[in-house]
Amino acid sequence: MIVELRNVSVRYILGDFKDIGIKEFIIRKIMGNYQVREFWAVKDVTFSLERGDLLGIIGTNGAGKSTLLKVISGIMVPTKGQAIVKGSVAALLELGAGFDGDLTVKENTYLRGAMLGYTRRFMDEKYDEIIAFAELEEFQDRPFKQLSSGMKSRLGFSIACLVKPDILILDEVLAVGDAAFRKKSEQKMMEIINSGVTTILVSHSLDQVRRMCNKVLWLDKGKQMAFGETKEVCDKYEQFLATAKHGPKMSQKK
Amino acid sequence: MLLEKLKKHRFLFEELVKRDFKKKYKRTMLGVAWSMLAPLLTLLVMAVVFTQFFGRSMPHYIIYMFAGNLVFFYYREATSGGMRALVDNAGIFTKVNVPKYIFLLSKSVSSFINFLLTIVIFFIFVAIDGIAFSFKFFLLVYPVVCLLVFNIGLGLILSALYLFFKDTQYLYDLFTLMVMYLSAIFYPIDSLSDYLQQLFYLNPVFVYINYFRTIVIHNTIPSLGYHLLCAFYALLVLLIGGYIYKKHNYKFLYYV
Repeated sequence: MIVELRNVSVRYILGDFKDIGIKEFIIRKIMGNYQVREFWAVKDVTFSLERGDLLGIIGTNGAGKSTLLKVISGIMVPTKGQAIVKGSVAALLELGAGFDGDLTVKENTYLRGAMLGYTRRFMDEKYDEIIAFAELEEFQDRPFKQLSSGMKSRLGFSIACLVKPDILILDEVLAVGDAAFRKKSEQKMMEIINSGVTTILVSHSLDQVRRMCNKVLWLDKGKQMAFGETKEVCDKYEQFLATAKHGPKMSQKK
Repeated sequence: MLLEKLKKHRFLFEELVKRDFKKKYKRTMLGVAWSMLAPLLTLLVMAVVFTQFFGRSMPHYIIYMFAGNLVFFYYREATSGGMRALVDNAGIFTKVNVPKYIFLLSKSVSSFINFLLTIVIFFIFVAIDGIAFSFKFFLLVYPVVCLLVFNIGLGLILSALYLFFKDTQYLYDLFTLMVMYLSAIFYPIDSLSDYLQQLFYLNPVFVYINYFRTIVIHNTIPSLGYHLLCAFYALLVLLIGGYIYKKHNYKFLYYV
C-alpha cells in the first residue's frame, strides 16, 4: 500500500480567535461566554491505494474533496485518524499558487518551480521547454499581471507537468486553457500517470473519471459514501444525482 | 535535522528573498537607500530637538542617539515585517507543502541587510565624531547576531499571533511605541537611581543598544554577565517562537 487513510476526519472551528481579536477573546473567556462552532469537513474516511492506481474523487461541491487532498499531500494534519503516505508527493492543488503579479513571467516561473521542489539547476535546464509548452516566449520579461488568465493557467500547468513524484495529486487541474491546450495537457498528464505514478484526481467530469481511473472515492458532505471499482461507484453516484433531482418532487406528488 | 530541511528548500528560500526584495524596491526611486534614510532622518530631527535638553552634558551625543536609532529601527522593522510573514504567504502554504518558518526567515533577510547597511553609515558618523577605531569594535558582531536571533524569535511569535488574532498588529504598534520610549534612545539614564537604571535591563532592546554604546563611546568591553543576558533574551524568544510553530503548526491552516 502506497497510500493509506484510516478514519481521517478534519474539523474546522468557526467563530473564534481570528474573527474576534485578542481583546474580545480574553473578555469572553473571562465572562464565560466564549463559544465556538464545529464544522466537520471530512468525516471518517478510510481507504488505501496500491502503486500505479489512479483514484478519482467525486462528489458535489462542499463534499470535502479539496480538504482531503490537503491531508493526503501533508499540508494539513487530520483532526482524527491517520494518513500514511509512502513516497514523494507532488500536489497540484492550484496551478497558480504563489504567482506574484509584480514579478516578471521568468521570475515567477523560477519561484513556482522552487515551490514544487525543483532545484535551480533543473529550472535552468528546463526553463526554455516550460516557456515553449506554455507558448509564452514573447512574454518572458513582462510583469505577470499583464497575462490573461488563460496564459497564467498555461504557465502554471507547464511548470507543474515536469514533476516526477511517486504520488501525484491533481485538484481539477485538467480543465485549463482552450480545447487545444487541454488536449495537450491531458496527454502530458497521461504520460506521467502511465509511467507508474500513483495518482489521485479530483474531477467534476464523470466522463473523465470513468475514462481514466481504476478506483473511485465518492464523498458527500464529508462522509465517505463509497469506495471501490470505478464502474460501481460512478453508477451509484449517478443514481444518487438522479434521485436527488427527482426526490422532492415525487414526495410532493404523494 | 533543521539544516537538512533548509538545504532541501534552499532554492525556494533564495527565490522568496529575491521576491521580497523586488517587491519592496521595484517601483521606488531611491530603492534601498530609502530604508536607510528613515533612521537618519529621525536622528537628524532628534539631534536638533534634543541636543538642547541633553546634549550639553553628554559627550558624543549624536553617536549615543544613533546607536539607539540603529538598533531600535532594525528591531521594529524586522518584527513588524516578520509579523506579516505568515498571513502574506497564506496563498502558498495552503497549497504547497513547505515548512512555514521559511517565510519568516526569508523576510528576516531583507531587514538584516538593511541593518548592516545602516551600521556602515553609523561607523562613518563615528569616524566623523572623532572616535578612534578600536579592535573592540569587532565585538559588535556579538550583539548583531543576538539581535538577529532575537528578531527572528519575536517574528515567529508575532506571525503566529497575527494569524490567530487580527488585532495583534494594532496592539503591537502600541507596544513598539512604548518600547521606543523605554529604550533610552535620546535621553541618558545616569541621573536616575540605581534601582531605576537596573529596570532598563528588563528591556532587551535597551540591552543591545547599550552594548553598542559601551563599546563605541566608552571603549569598554561589557561584562560576561552582560553577554549572557544578551544571549538569554535572544534564545528565550527563539525557543518560545520555535515551540509555538512546532506545536501549533497544523492549526495555522485553519485560521487562514
